[in-house]
Amino acid sequence: MNEIQNVKSVFESEELMSGTEAVAHAVRLADVDVFAAYPIRPYTSVMDKLSKFLADGLLDAEYIVADGEHSQFEIGKHASSVGARAFVGSSGVGWLYAMEAIVVTATDRLPLVALVGNRALDDPGAFGVEQNDALMVRDVGWLLAWASTAQEAFDTTLIGYRVAEDPKVRMPFAIAMDGGYLTHSEHLVKLPTKEAVNKFLPPYSLGDRVLHPDNPISVAPQVNEDWVMELRKQNHEAGKRARGIIYQAYKEYNEIFNAGYENPFIEELNVEDADTVLIGMGSVATVARSVTRDLRGEGKKVGFLKMRWYRPFPTEELKKALRNVSNVGIIDRDFGIAGPNDAAITFHDYRSALYDMENRPRMVDFIAGLGGREISKAEVRKMFEMTEKKDTPLVNWIGLRE
Amino acid sequence: MVKEVEELKDVKLYKGVHSIDLPEYYTSGHRTCQGCESALVMRDFAKAAGPRTVVTGATGCMYVANTSYMTTPWLIPWMHTQLAGGGASAVGMAAGIRALRRKGKIKDEKINVINFSGDLGAGDAGLGGLSGAMQSDYDLLVIVYDNESAANTDIQASGLTTYGAQTTFSPVGKVHRIMHKRWKKNLAPMIAVGHPNVKYVATAVATFPPMDYMNKVKKALAIGGPTMIHTLDPCPKGWDYHPRYSHDLGELAVKTGIFPVYEIIKGKVVYTYDLRGKKREPVRSYLEKQGRFAHFIDEDYEYIQSKVDEMWEEWEIPGVVPFSSGLEVEK
Repeated sequence: MNEIQNVKSVFESEELMSGTEAVAHAVRLADVDVFAAYPIRPYTSVMDKLSKFLADGLLDAEYIVADGEHSQFEIGKHASSVGARAFVGSSGVGWLYAMEAIVVTATDRLPLVALVGNRALDDPGAFGVEQNDALMVRDVGWLLAWASTAQEAFDTTLIGYRVAEDPKVRMPFAIAMDGGYLTHSEHLVKLPTKEAVNKFLPPYSLGDRVLHPDNPISVAPQVNEDWVMELRKQNHEAGKRARGIIYQAYKEYNEIFNAGYENPFIEELNVEDADTVLIGMGSVATVARSVTRDLRGEGKKVGFLKMRWYRPFPTEELKKALRNVSNVGIIDRDFGIAGPNDAAITFHDYRSALYDMENRPRMVDFIAGLGGREISKAEVRKMFEMTEKKDTPLVNWIGLRE
Repeated sequence: MVKEVEELKDVKLYKGVHSIDLPEYYTSGHRTCQGCESALVMRDFAKAAGPRTVVTGATGCMYVANTSYMTTPWLIPWMHTQLAGGGASAVGMAAGIRALRRKGKIKDEKINVINFSGDLGAGDAGLGGLSGAMQSDYDLLVIVYDNESAANTDIQASGLTTYGAQTTFSPVGKVHRIMHKRWKKNLAPMIAVGHPNVKYVATAVATFPPMDYMNKVKKALAIGGPTMIHTLDPCPKGWDYHPRYSHDLGELAVKTGIFPVYEIIKGKVVYTYDLRGKKREPVRSYLEKQGRFAHFIDEDYEYIQSKVDEMWEEWEIPGVVPFSSGLEVEK
């Protein structure tokens, strides 16, 4: 964008804030019309912040404290249906309590944006991260991305609105972040001006699908066996189209905010010439990158690949990035009880995506950091070593008490 | 009472059938049963509300039977919401519309926001959401159309089904004659008493007294804030009677006193068919016309009659508030 010569002018300030606060700032700058809250740790602090923005007159929106997550997400969905930009969020079992509303928001193709502060599912109670909650929606038509820094959370929220609301997409978007590690840890975040955000994010319009007396449509009538397949295929095609829109959105985001995102979907560290690569999502990136640099210093040909967008899934991008890699280890911060090969959830997606490669890498799964348990540098180092060793079992629980 | 309420001064109520608006906003295309009174509840609220209205319908027979893909009966915008999503859907629409009007993103005009939910949705699974909506300050109306069962799922009992009714969840057996032993929830007072900011709550039967229901819709929409109307809808399929008797059964439900019709306007109860101190038709005349009570013996009729009598003769507000006078306070 040529009109923005001085990059500094697009930013208003740089502040220290947590991941949830960064999302709240993005929601404020997106000028949302409606947001609905219900408390559950650790996502809640985004609503604490937004309600304070509202109280201080920094945000002009309708704010509803719902009677439960099911209502909270129904409120978001129906606000979106009348043409209002809306925001909701939840964590763990709260997200699951809303699951019915979450699914229909996707099948109704409404671009609601939600924050998922990843939290272990009950029982027993635990506040710490497990990514099973957000992963529950990977197949139903939500766009799904993970942030690992507060700045990335801010950027991805704005980009998420842009992609979700694109007329070629119109799908809900969930920004996920590891509970505790990102929801409550503070990073420096550059906050752009409202004008700059407006350049990037056009006003929300649902077009001829908006529910308004001037547009008397019927939305989601009963179809039974006659039309469900065609509608599912339409949803699927929208998800595929989202890939192109995501590239476009990041290109413009980089131009306006000088953001420097290379590939929107994945972030590589020394993957290009690596023999052994670990793949992970969310806050594990910090420790994994640190260990990758250490090992490189020791002459080891290792790399780390951080996944940002999980849906749409970047199959081609992964194949390209991993084309010369011999060993791939997947860090699953989630569990999948008694699944194929007893591996956890994301392992199957990666393995399936890479299966048709001519020289597909050997792959192993690491189940680590469940319930918020810290993944240490020593453990990442161990995972690299195990990934390289040919006789490592397919699935490995890391950091488990004996 | 209506004349005394500031918000209702300008409401043009229907007076006589010739005053009823001719345009229809719920027309052909639905596939409801012959004699379906819930369909009439739909048609009449759409007529009374008029075209500047948005509607959500919760899952239920009035979703499944009403709106088949590409044959919608709705001439006003309509959207599906989940079984327990009725109240929240209305809040979402009302909040969105208020924000968009305030921010100049749509024309600043009054748009009626209406949700209809069945007895299973609003009375059971969606009761929390209904309560949440009634606690809000949005202008919205929730119509609870109550045909006393999950009428599109094979007629299963809900929390609002009449005591003793035979449903597929409460079949008559060799050992147990009465399987459904829950007394019908008193939904309208529960909403009115528990949500003191609600200015209008009513009960109604679509056909009796004539125009009563449509006028209640008009009042609910005019008074502002969250409002609720609970209608009792005779259902030929679920209640097991010939479709031609739907109106008669509705009228009998009112005249026997088993379903009192009234409105609670800003905390005041106004009976729209007042049976206080009057002779009521025997409840048996309403029950014995329905196949779902065919297994009843005298003691069942007597039991229900005694409960209805108690409701009218011993409650603090007859037929409405389930306390008898002289409620004791611990000393």
